[in-house]
Amino acid sequence: MNEAFQMFPTQASTMASRVDNLMLYLLAVTVFFSVAIAVVLIVFAVKYRKKSDSDVTPAIHGSTLLEITWTVIPLGLVTVMFFWGANVYFDQMYAPANSMEVFVTGKQWMWKFQHPNGKREINELHVPEGRPVKLIMASEDVIHDFFVPAFRVKMDVMPGKYNTTWFHATKTGEYHLFCNQYCGEDHSRMVGKIIVMKPEDYEVWLAGGTRNESPAATGERLFTQWACNTCHEGGRDARGPILAGVPGRNVILTGGVVVVADDTYLRDSILNPAARVVDGYQPIMPTFKGLLSEDQVMSLIAYIKTLDDTGADTGTKATTGAAAGFTAAPPPSPVDGVTSVSAVAGDTTTTAPTISTNPTDAGTTAQAETTP
Amino acid sequence: MSTNVQPHNGGGNPLYTANPDVVDMSNYLRAGHTLRSWLLTVDHKRIGLLYLISITFMFFLGGIFAGLIRLELMTPEGDLVSSSTYNKLFTMHGIVMVFFFLIPSIPAVLGNFLVPLMIGARDMAFPRLNLMSWYVYIIGAIFTMYAIVAGGVDTTWRFYTPYSTSFANTHVMMTALGIFIMGFSSILTGLNFVVTIHRMRAPGMTWFRMPLFLWAMYATSIIQILGTPVVGIAILLVGVERILGVGVFNPDLGGDPILFQHLFWFYSHPAVYIMILPGMGVVSEVITCFSRKQIFGYPFIAVSSLLIAFVGFFVWGHHMFVTGQSPYAGLIFSALSFLVAIPSAIKVFNWTATLYRGSVTFSTPMLYVFGFIGLFTIGGLTGLMLATLGIDMHVHDTYFVVAHFHYVMVGGMLLAYMAALHFWWPKMTGRMYPEGWGRLSALMVFMGFHLTFFPQFILGYLGMPRHYHTYPDEAGYQILHVLSTAGATVLGAGFLLPAIYFAWSFFYGKPAGDNPWLAKGLEWETTSPPPVFNFEKTPIVTEPAYNYSVHGDEVSEGSHVVAP
Repeated sequence: MNEAFQMFPTQASTMASRVDNLMLYLLAVTVFFSVAIAVVLIVFAVKYRKKSDSDVTPAIHGSTLLEITWTVIPLGLVTVMFFWGANVYFDQMYAPANSMEVFVTGKQWMWKFQHPNGKREINELHVPEGRPVKLIMASEDVIHDFFVPAFRVKMDVMPGKYNTTWFHATKTGEYHLFCNQYCGEDHSRMVGKIIVMKPEDYEVWLAGGTRNESPAATGERLFTQWACNTCHEGGRDARGPILAGVPGRNVILTGGVVVVADDTYLRDSILNPAARVVDGYQPIMPTFKGLLSEDQVMSLIAYIKTLDDTGADTGTKATTGAAAGFTAAPPPSPVDGVTSVSAVAGDTTTTAPTISTNPTDAGTTAQAETTP
Repeated sequence: MSTNVQPHNGGGNPLYTANPDVVDMSNYLRAGHTLRSWLLTVDHKRIGLLYLISITFMFFLGGIFAGLIRLELMTPEGDLVSSSTYNKLFTMHGIVMVFFFLIPSIPAVLGNFLVPLMIGARDMAFPRLNLMSWYVYIIGAIFTMYAIVAGGVDTTWRFYTPYSTSFANTHVMMTALGIFIMGFSSILTGLNFVVTIHRMRAPGMTWFRMPLFLWAMYATSIIQILGTPVVGIAILLVGVERILGVGVFNPDLGGDPILFQHLFWFYSHPAVYIMILPGMGVVSEVITCFSRKQIFGYPFIAVSSLLIAFVGFFVWGHHMFVTGQSPYAGLIFSALSFLVAIPSAIKVFNWTATLYRGSVTFSTPMLYVFGFIGLFTIGGLTGLMLATLGIDMHVHDTYFVVAHFHYVMVGGMLLAYMAALHFWWPKMTGRMYPEGWGRLSALMVFMGFHLTFFPQFILGYLGMPRHYHTYPDEAGYQILHVLSTAGATVLGAGFLLPAIYFAWSFFYGKPAGDNPWLAKGLEWETTSPPPVFNFEKTPIVTEPAYNYSVHGDEVSEGSHVVAP
């Protein structure tokens, strides 16, 4: 990777050249103004150096025309910087819908990864070339930061909420992964490697080694093990909201506030359930803080996303839907993350829209009721 | 306008008259000879000197930390100190330099000395409060010093939560308490300046006749008064969470770690302008004097200081582009950050234009000011890169940021401070510093600075993160670190030199006379060193600032506009 001396790091993602081109524009502006100011300064200083003690200098107070000129021109240049920079940034903030999802957990001082099929890695992440990879990241302790210079990608990894970022690797090879937010004694050793492979090599790699169960499968096991199903399954008498189809939808809370049930909301509802209760339900759920690790919470969310919302539950809840806090957003939610996870865990969303034909689908009830 | 050399400047110990029992009210240095007369003084000039001694000590302490950091980074492995020691070194370097050197530097030393002199007043509005501010600073410094001696602190100077509240097991609270206390010194000093500038200007000293240094000090004071309480609150909340376990920032306790960053940067970004605005004021004073010219675009420079202070309060979120805050918030903060760059650019253009058809001499203060303009321009323009959302996403918290803020803080602010010290040294002490050595130091600082920090821009773009004790040796970082360390050696020597010749000059320098630069401004119309009450009789101002053109009668404010 280290070819003699370089100004720009290797470009190994779709974002890299876009960031570098933007940088080149700013570099041009910077060099132009630095040199221009230096030249004018030196020319003036030398040309108008003191000749004798009796030098006479004119009383020049200023020029409004010049002031306007050197206000407007920089303003125009920075406007270009602003829009161009925002364009690149916004594309980086939202992952493409067809991204493969990888869970990332940061902790003092290591990186943990989990692939969609359940395969786990520590401090190394294997990814396929030519496919967008979305990272759903959380920290178990302090703030960390996921930074891959070759991808020009950076995002803080926060405790208490999920941050996401994504990259689309374009070049096979091994690239540095740095923790870029100071996190304590061994901060500088919280480094890892991103290994970009040919898609076929990635498939081989993914199939090899020890197989773990998929995050959704782990989640399903935990769902039963922690008895989540006692409240979150059943008909209209269920003590908790039925979770199928909830991820990505708008949720009406007690008090009328509407929030999007994104990953962070789902996580909060597991660890701090009393904070934002769905309208129509009592705040009776106990907290699972300290009982579940970040990995396990991620697995539960992955499982919840696989639940079939096309059948019985929406049937029972549709009448009370508004009262129970769920707005009638279209089921295959456009919000990112839903489709790909369910695809990985075995697609169960192909059933007819009104009648559940899959009574064994865990998490939904077997009541095959038609919607009114 | 007397330029005669006072007989008491003739020689001997500058602090004593021939008969030490005589209190010489015509020279503030000789008005009282005891330690008590210094420690209980309410003379703004003596208080300025007390600050000068205190912050010079802090500067060299912070410099030692910096030197150790640079030595360690010469090799990829951690072979000089352990990781925990390294983390403490950069933390304490930041805390000492930012809170105990940069923030008080020009305001507390030169602002104290110059503000009453420049407006033709006998002293500050609240002389006793002024002395108290110094004591508060010293008490804050003692707490922080104790924390350093007791084993240090490793949270970075930003104290990010939840690391600082729930994970760090170093002396966080002792350090934070020191900063909290020091903040009051800053607030009280700012308050004193605002009242002094409003209420104590000499007859004829209208707002738009004031030297631009005073405009800069005024804008700085406003930030100190409005911003410092917020960082005080943030630090207090860190204490509440750390000691009492009340959840404010730690999500495990129900808090929000981002809240701390909002509170911290709400002060600490404007604090950057606390550091740079006074430096900009100095540049306006020096560049007019050594080009014998009226400043170009006075009202634009004056108002741009206020604009920077105002807009500077609304850009803090640009420190948080990659925390996962709403991209739309990022959009607003990016736009405002670009906006704050414009008044800075206006200043640079106006300073450059001031030289046009001037009579330029290359004295030490002027060389430092040229250095300031060069380095500040690069520092400012690389700031645009960081304000650009798409680029910040790559260079955020890398060495690129380290290089950028050192270009602004050291290249900008510290060079302006050096220019100011050289420019007003004859007024403060009545003696000249050795000009040749002065020019050599200016040159060494400029060269050493570039060599130290320019490679760090490249390091940062290559992806080297901040706060790294060790780094991968195949990444191509080492050569740049070695260059940087070499530069730091030159830079360190460049700063050591003035410390030596200033100390020498204080006792043995040749008498300066009242106005060695033939400079304009009320401070040059009194004796050097000035008498205890500054002026024998209250001066009356009849002309605009920087009335350097020989044909003074041609000058009529604002009407005589000549485009170059």
